[in-house]
Amino acid sequence: MIAIFQETSKPKVIEGLTGDWELVIGMEIHAQISSKSKLFSGASTSFGSEPNSNVSFIDAGMPGMLPVLNKFCIEQAVRTGLGLNAKINLISKFDRKNYFYPDLPQGYQISQLFEPLVGEGEVTIDVKPGITRKVRIERIHIEQDAGKSIHDLDPELSFVDLNRTGVALMEIVSKPDIRSPEEASEYVRKIRQILRYLGTCDGNMQEGSLRADVNISVCRVGDYSKYEETGDLSSLGTRCEIKNMNSMRFIHQAIDFESKRQIGIIEDGGLINQETRLYDPEKNETRSLRSKEEAHDYRYFPCPDLLPLELKERWVKSIAETLPELPDIKRNRFISTYGITEYDASILTAEIESADFFEKVAKTRDGKTSANWIINDLFGRLNKEAISLDQSPISADQLGGIIDLILANQISTKIAKELFDIVWRNGGDPADIVVKNGMLQVSDISSLEEVISQIIDKNPEQVNKIKTNPKLIGWFVGQVMKATDGKANPKSVNELLTEKLLIK
Amino acid sequence: MGELSSLTISKAQYELKKGNITSVELTEDCLIEAKNSTELNAFCMITEELALDQAMKADQDIRKKNIRKLTGIPIGIKDIFCTKRVKTQAASRILTNFTPPYESTVTQKLWNSGAIMLGKLNMDEFAMGSSNETSIYGPCVNPWKAKNDPTALTPGGSSGGSGTAVAANLCLGATGTDTGGSIRQPAAFTGTVGLKPTYGRCSRWGIIAFASSLDQAGPMTKSVRDSAILLTEMSGFDQNDSTSAKYEVPDFESFLNQNIKGQKIGIPKEYRVDGMPKEIEALWEDGAEKLKAAGAKIIDISLPHTRYALPAYYVIAPAEASSNLARYDGVRFGERAELDKSENINEMYKKTRQNGFGKEVKRRIMIGTYALSAGFYEAYYIRAQKVRTLIQSDFSEVFNRGVDVILTPTTPTAAFKLKDDKKKNPLDMYLNDVFTVTANLAGLPAISVPAGKDETGLPLGLQLIGKPWEEGNLLNVADVLEKESQFDHRVKNWW
Repeated sequence: MIAIFQETSKPKVIEGLTGDWELVIGMEIHAQISSKSKLFSGASTSFGSEPNSNVSFIDAGMPGMLPVLNKFCIEQAVRTGLGLNAKINLISKFDRKNYFYPDLPQGYQISQLFEPLVGEGEVTIDVKPGITRKVRIERIHIEQDAGKSIHDLDPELSFVDLNRTGVALMEIVSKPDIRSPEEASEYVRKIRQILRYLGTCDGNMQEGSLRADVNISVCRVGDYSKYEETGDLSSLGTRCEIKNMNSMRFIHQAIDFESKRQIGIIEDGGLINQETRLYDPEKNETRSLRSKEEAHDYRYFPCPDLLPLELKERWVKSIAETLPELPDIKRNRFISTYGITEYDASILTAEIESADFFEKVAKTRDGKTSANWIINDLFGRLNKEAISLDQSPISADQLGGIIDLILANQISTKIAKELFDIVWRNGGDPADIVVKNGMLQVSDISSLEEVISQIIDKNPEQVNKIKTNPKLIGWFVGQVMKATDGKANPKSVNELLTEKLLIK
Repeated sequence: MGELSSLTISKAQYELKKGNITSVELTEDCLIEAKNSTELNAFCMITEELALDQAMKADQDIRKKNIRKLTGIPIGIKDIFCTKRVKTQAASRILTNFTPPYESTVTQKLWNSGAIMLGKLNMDEFAMGSSNETSIYGPCVNPWKAKNDPTALTPGGSSGGSGTAVAANLCLGATGTDTGGSIRQPAAFTGTVGLKPTYGRCSRWGIIAFASSLDQAGPMTKSVRDSAILLTEMSGFDQNDSTSAKYEVPDFESFLNQNIKGQKIGIPKEYRVDGMPKEIEALWEDGAEKLKAAGAKIIDISLPHTRYALPAYYVIAPAEASSNLARYDGVRFGERAELDKSENINEMYKKTRQNGFGKEVKRRIMIGTYALSAGFYEAYYIRAQKVRTLIQSDFSEVFNRGVDVILTPTTPTAAFKLKDDKKKNPLDMYLNDVFTVTANLAGLPAISVPAGKDETGLPLGLQLIGKPWEEGNLLNVADVLEKESQFDHRVKNWW
C-alpha cells in the first residue's frame, strides 16, 4: 500500500464588516431506496409511469388498509448503514408523522423518529486530493415518500399523482460537521457515490431520487471549537434549513448566498430567525418558506399498525459479507496495484461502472496506459457525444485490444487514435481491423531499410547537414513516417537512421 | 315466521345438514324479519339479492354434500367491515356512498366458510360511542324494553346494530368490533353473547380503523357455542395485517363441555366501583357461585391499576383515531364539501371534515390531536402508554399466579334510554366502558354472557376475561356460566 497523507480541510472563512465568520453546515439527504416495490405496499416504484398507475389501495390511504413492511427495503437500508460505517440498530420502530396534504393520502407519513434503523456512522470526503474532512452521520431512518401535487395543468384545479406515494426513502442525517460550500457538495457527491456502489439508491438527482435539506448557520471564528469541546449547539449560530435541493451546484450556490445573507443580518444588528427556506436558482437567492412558529406540529407517535422491527445479528452479518469494495478502498487499491495517480484513481472510481471498466482493461495490461486511454480518449469521447459509459460503443475488451496493439508496438499512438475512431463508429475486433486496413506498424528491418535508403539518396543536402546538427534526425524520421503512411515503427526507424547517418 | 331466524347457528347447521330446512328458507325468514323491523333500525342496508343468491348456492352445495362450517348460515355484518361492491360507511356521513373495491379479511373468511350476508348493521359513527346514537343512520333501538315502560332503549354501542339484530332474531349471528367494549357492552344490553378475541387473533385488514392498537373483530351470537363456531371461522394469521398473530386457530367449539373443576376464577376487587347498582353486584356474586357450584375455585384478586384504565383508554384511543381518521379529507373518496371558487385546500379540509364527521367523532379527534401535540405528548400519550403497561402487568401477574379466568360485570348498568339526559355529558357515557376497556388495553380475550335480568326485566351481562390466546378455555367457562344462568332469550316482539 502507498501511504496517502491526508490533511483536514479548512473551514471557509468569510470576511465580514465586523470581522471573520465561519460556516457550519449539517445535511439531511433523502435517498430513494432502489427496490422494485414500495416500502409498505406491492405497487411498483418505476419512474415516469402514467400518473396514478403505480398506486395500491394502501398507497391511496383507502379505509381499512394496512401497511406491510417490504423486507428488501430494510435490507437496502442496512446495507447503506454498513457502507457508511454506521451502527445497525437491531430493534427499531416506526412512527407516524401527521400532517394534511393532498399528496399524503393517509394524512401521515410513516417514518422513524424515536428509534431509527441506523445509528451513528462516518464518512470521509475528499475536498481536494490529499485534503479530507470527516463527516459524522447522526442517524439513518427509513420513511415513505409523499406523492406529487401538480398545480400548473389547470388555472383552477390542482392534480395529485400518487405514483411516488409510499416509495421507500432513507433519510441520512449528518452532524453539523460540514464547513464550506465545497465540502457540502463534496459530501453529497460522496454519499451518492457510496449509495451507487452499494446499489441502494440510483442517485438520480434530476428524477428526485436524491435530495438534500441543508442546515446552515454562521459563527465567529473559534465558536465552533467550543461546540466541538462541549457538544453544545448553543455555541453556534441560529440555523436556517434550505429544503429540497437536487443539484450539487445549487447546494454550493445556495450556501454561498445564505451564509452572506445571515452575516449581513447579524452585522446589521439583527437576529436570524430559525426557519425553513427555499432556494431559487433563477434568482440565486433563498426565500423564507415558513418560520419556526409556523412550523407544523407533526404529532409524532408510534405507528400502531406495525410491530417493532427486530433484526437478527446473523442477518445483518450476512449483508455485511456481501458489501462491495467501497470507493475509498478501491481508489487506494487502484493507486497501489496499478500505479496510477490519485487523481486518475479518483476519476476512475467516481462511478462503480467506470471502476469496473478500468479494472477489466487494466487487469492484464499496463495500468497507466489503460487509465490514460479510458480517461482521455474514452471519457473524452463519451462527454463530447453526451452519452454514458453503459452506452459506450467501445467495450472494455475492444479498448483493451487497442491498448494491446500499442503496447506490442504494432501500432503507433497516432494510428491507435484512428483505430479508436474506427472501432467507435463501426465496432469490430481491433486486431482484425489493423490487419484488414493495413494499419500495422512496419518493424520489418529490410523493408524499412529500403525506404530509408531511398530517402537518404534523395536528400544529400540534409545528409550533409546532419553531421553538424544531429537533431535533424527528427526530420528524417518524419520523412520515413510519411512514406509509410505512419505505419513505420518509430523506434525501429530511429535506430536504423541513427545507425546509417550518425554512427559512422 | 321468525321461527327459522330464531335458530342458533349450531341448531341451523344441524337442520340444514339433515335437509329439514334449506338455506333459502332460512335466509328468506331472516330477510322478512329484517325488513319488518325498521323500527329497530338495526340494518343500515339489506343485501337481499346477494343473500338469496348465496343461499341458493349454499343449498346446491348442501345437496352435493359440499358443506363447510357456515354453509347456508345468514349473518349480519357491522358497517365497519369493508365489503366488496357493498356500500360501507362506518355509519359516517364522510363516507357517503363509499363502496370498497375489496373485502375485509374477516368477512372474506366467513364467505369462504359458506356464510350468507344479509346486510350491513348499524353502529356508532366510526365505532365511537356506547349507545349507537352517533350513527348517521340514527340510533339502533334495543328490542328489549323495561316492564311497563314503552321508552326506547339503547342497544349499546358501538356494535348496537349487531346486538339488536341477533337479539331480535333478524339474523343468526353477527360480526362486531371491540375497541373499548363495543362488542361486550351491546351484548350485555341486548342479552346476547359477545366475544372480543385476543388482540391479533382476527385480521384488521379491511376493517375501518378506529384505534389500531385496540381494535379487534369478534362474533355476537345467541349462544356461547355459536361464538365459538364463528370465532373459529373469523380468526387466523393474515399477511396483510402485521399485527395479526401467527398462531394456529383451534376448533374453539371443541373446547366446550369440558369440566371446569379446579379452574381458578379471579374476582378483582377493583371492579367493585362506587355507586354500582345492587342488582349488578348480586348478579356478579351469583355468577361466581354458579361457577363455584360447577367445581371452579373462586379467588379474590387485585388488579391495582384498574382505576387508571379508563383515562388511559380515552387518551390512547382518541390519539390513534385522530391519526387514523386523517385520511377522510375529501380528496379521494367519500363526501367532499361544496366549495366557492375562492376557497383553497385548507378550506376544503375544514368544510369536508366539519360536515362529514359527527360531534362525538370530532370530539375524539380533538382530544387525540391535543394529546399528541407538542408539549403535551409526554404528559398524556406517553403516560397513558405507561399505564397501559402497568395494566398489562396487573393481568399477567394474576395469570402467573394461577388464575385461569377473571369474572366481572360487563357494564355498570342495564341498557339505558336513548336520548338519555343523564348521558348528555360525554364523560358519563364514557363510564360505560369502565369494565371493558382493560381487556383492550391488555390485548386479552373477553366475553360477555347474558347472566340475568334486572328488576325491570332487562338483560344483564357478566364478563369473563381470559389469558392471551386461550379463547378456548374462556369459551368453555362462558358456556358453563351460560348454562347455569338459564337466561331466557325470548324478547317480546313489539316492533
